Amino acid sequence: MTELGSAPLPPLADDDHVRGPSGAPLLIEYADFECHFCRMAHVRLGDEAVRRVFRHFPVRSKHPRAWATASAAEAAARQGRFWEMHDSLYADQGRLDDPHLWSRAQELGLDVDRFEVDRRSEEVLERVRRDFQSGIRAGVATTPTFFVAGHPHPGVPTDDLLSTVTNQRTN
Amino acid sequence: MSVIGPGTPAPDFTLRTEEGEEFTLADARGQTTVLVFFPSAFSPVCSDQFNLYQEVLGELQDGGARLYGVSTDSSYSQHAFRDSLGVDIPMLSDFEPKGEVARAFGVFFDPAGTATRALVILDPDGVVKWSWEGEHPGVLPGANLIFDGLAA
Repeated sequence: MTELGSAPLPPLADDDHVRGPSGAPLLIEYADFECHFCRMAHVRLGDEAVRRVFRHFPVRSKHPRAWATASAAEAAARQGRFWEMHDSLYADQGRLDDPHLWSRAQELGLDVDRFEVDRRSEEVLERVRRDFQSGIRAGVATTPTFFVAGHPHPGVPTDDLLSTVTNQRTN
Repeated sequence: MSVIGPGTPAPDFTLRTEEGEEFTLADARGQTTVLVFFPSAFSPVCSDQFNLYQEVLGELQDGGARLYGVSTDSSYSQHAFRDSLGVDIPMLSDFEPKGEVARAFGVFFDPAGTATRALVILDPDGVVKWSWEGEHPGVLPGANLIFDGLAA
């Protein structure tokens, strides 16, 4: 596809959210938690042996709770529970209001008061903004967008894309 | 036909605002104008595009840029479209005579009778500062291109 980025994708940072075996092929995702296609992508990737990196790309006029949920996931990350909150949000995108976020935090065993302060903090906002800006510079224009070996692939990953990704490991 | 290139004085043009007023080259003078040509209101790709630009609209405006969506849809369709997206980027209609402005800017797509997906930045003197046209309507230009164009 046509590549329209202005800057290369930032390499993995220490505070990037990564999961999957360290030797597995890397898939960097720009997504938001209110986006249905992002959820479909999450489900699609469930059984794949890939190393996933999640970066925030919230677009509020499309998804009014995108920033709030991104901040909630970052606040959970401050208590070591990013992926648990990630999975919880995608498990039910119909319940993303503040009371739902509090009950999710509680279910995950988080310190809810701390979660509440963190998710509204400038540090957390800045962390979400950093991902969004790196996505903009790399030419992300829709969610989800997956990067494989530095190249963007918008939309839910296709079988072809996934076989390309998993072949990276054997090559 | 391809999109009008940098350094070319913009052709005189008349578009219609959502309120039915004329918007002409004279109105574009004195500001940096970003014309976002798009094929059709309510098509899925356009929707993503304007939601994305809305997310960085404050930043673009802080840099002095004024964005407008331009299509061959009627003002009523454009208004409903913008309203449904929840974005503040004003729409300009190239409905009658249909596509006349798109043609003048080299971004009319005859087989579909619509504008192509293109970006044109006019400097405050009405000269084309930068332009971009997608290979096909499905190519979605990220906001980075507008920032690059403004900095060009």
